[in-house]
Amino acid sequence: MTRLGGVDAIVTEDLRKSYKTVQALDGVSFAVREGEVFGLLGPNGAGKSTTVRVLTTLTFPDSGRALVAGEDVVRHPNRVRHAIGYVAQDSGVDWEATGRENLLLQGRIHGMAGAPLHRRVDELLELLGLKDAADRVARGYSGGMKRRLDIGLGLVHRPKVLFLDEPTTGLDPEARVAMWEEVERLASQENLTILLTTHYLEEADRLAERVAIVSRGKVVVEGSPEELKAGLHGESVTVELEDPNGRVQEAADVVRAIDGTSEVLVEGSHLRARVPNGAQAIPSILSVLDGRGFPVAAVTTARPSLDDVYLHYTGREFAAEDEEGTK
Amino acid sequence: MTQTLRQTGWMILRQSRNLTREPIWIAMMVIQPMIWLLLYGQLYSKVAPLRAGAGSYVEFLAPGIVCMNAFFGGSWSGMAMISDLDRHVIDRFLAAPASRLAIVLSQVVRAGITAVLQAIILLAVGYLLGVRVHGGLLGFLVVFAAAFLLATVFAGFSHGVALLVRREASMIASANFVSLPLMFLSTILIGAALMPGWIQDVSRFNPVNWGAQAARNAIVFDGPWDATAIYLVLLLAATAATSAFATWSFRAYQRSI
Repeated sequence: MTRLGGVDAIVTEDLRKSYKTVQALDGVSFAVREGEVFGLLGPNGAGKSTTVRVLTTLTFPDSGRALVAGEDVVRHPNRVRHAIGYVAQDSGVDWEATGRENLLLQGRIHGMAGAPLHRRVDELLELLGLKDAADRVARGYSGGMKRRLDIGLGLVHRPKVLFLDEPTTGLDPEARVAMWEEVERLASQENLTILLTTHYLEEADRLAERVAIVSRGKVVVEGSPEELKAGLHGESVTVELEDPNGRVQEAADVVRAIDGTSEVLVEGSHLRARVPNGAQAIPSILSVLDGRGFPVAAVTTARPSLDDVYLHYTGREFAAEDEEGTK
Repeated sequence: MTQTLRQTGWMILRQSRNLTREPIWIAMMVIQPMIWLLLYGQLYSKVAPLRAGAGSYVEFLAPGIVCMNAFFGGSWSGMAMISDLDRHVIDRFLAAPASRLAIVLSQVVRAGITAVLQAIILLAVGYLLGVRVHGGLLGFLVVFAAAFLLATVFAGFSHGVALLVRREASMIASANFVSLPLMFLSTILIGAALMPGWIQDVSRFNPVNWGAQAARNAIVFDGPWDATAIYLVLLLAATAATSAFATWSFRAYQRSI
């Protein structure tokens, strides 16, 4: 279990859990290193939240093991609880209490008291931009303010591991960017490990140093976004033909014949192809097309996205899967 | 254990503070018991046999209404748990090192305190209607203990049910299902002598009746105190049982999420 010489903040091994007819977790295994931001990425219903609920001791796995901050979540749940902060997908703010009262009680549950607790609460209110609203009842807070208070509730006792379950779901674009900046700021703190779940590919790409892609209760692949994308062997090249006059398919065949190109697709007057290296492939693609009488209007190259990674490893489109999971 | 007690204290503070921010709740808490006492007191005031030896029917009824309020309040107190579950406050506590027993005890004790406050209001209103506590100081203490313990017995039960059903509608249905029959299977409204034999038999096992008998001994009859003490001990044991049930229900809840 203690892989990498005990520097793993979270280790899960073959976690399984089912609810009546649904197999929510079907053998989830991954490891999160101390101090990193780790993303569990997957469509709705993939098992991300269930995994987090097991790791935060909220619920129990049917089988498998999990260690958080070195403690077994089933055998020593209270030790785990002392070490973690949990910001659930749904806000856990007490609406009838003020922001300050919410934070004070959470600190007291963690055994904090007196002046150190009050100082910590003041510090968090300041940090999260809730100072002016601190003594107002949380019922009147905006969605973004409640979310920030949730983060404060997860941080009040200075946890070693912070769980952020879908931190930006339901936030407007502005609040989402603010939340990303908040997570980046937290990530820069020493020794705080962050596990975040998201069904936004761009969010995982921006925030996570490493991700595990979860699909139908299993981790299908684990690695840094860069590694995963590099693992797809190549980049995509998009060529926009000038005035193709219905000869796009013909042009596609020409590109297909070039050594090293694969997955050549036609989209309107655009051709898309996968190549091992965009910079090297473009000159030959351009010269061949030009030689066969296809003037090129524009050419772009793009590295694969996590979307491509998801498609590659699961054989399914992320968006379609996400839609299905929501039902 | 001290950690559990400390957490219980802070959580009671939280609930009490939140409730004081609901003026309508406070108004209802004060007014409702008076309405019961005045309405029932008037309705049956001319039926002499009902008062079973008390000076007036209102005096006979006062301990009954104290107990009715207490156990109704306890039965409905699980609604607070439903709302905390819906707001995910409970999940937040459970993922933190909050004692399950503290979460339950805080709700249970809060229900008990509310019942005692209502008992004080009822005795004050009753005084104006001629109700006297014949048991003296001990009598007052017994009435408050009966109110507190009846509320805690049913609050423990109510919170356990709340954790099992987790839905407002189911909660309301089960509170109604339990509370009205238990009231009619007790001496809250009429003396035991007027009950059919089988209801008398059943009422011996009804915690509501234990409370009503204890409170009535304290207010109307000035004893016997040994029987009264047994009723209170039974209520305390029942509180322990229902609170244990509620604490156990957390496991069922956690399995389901």
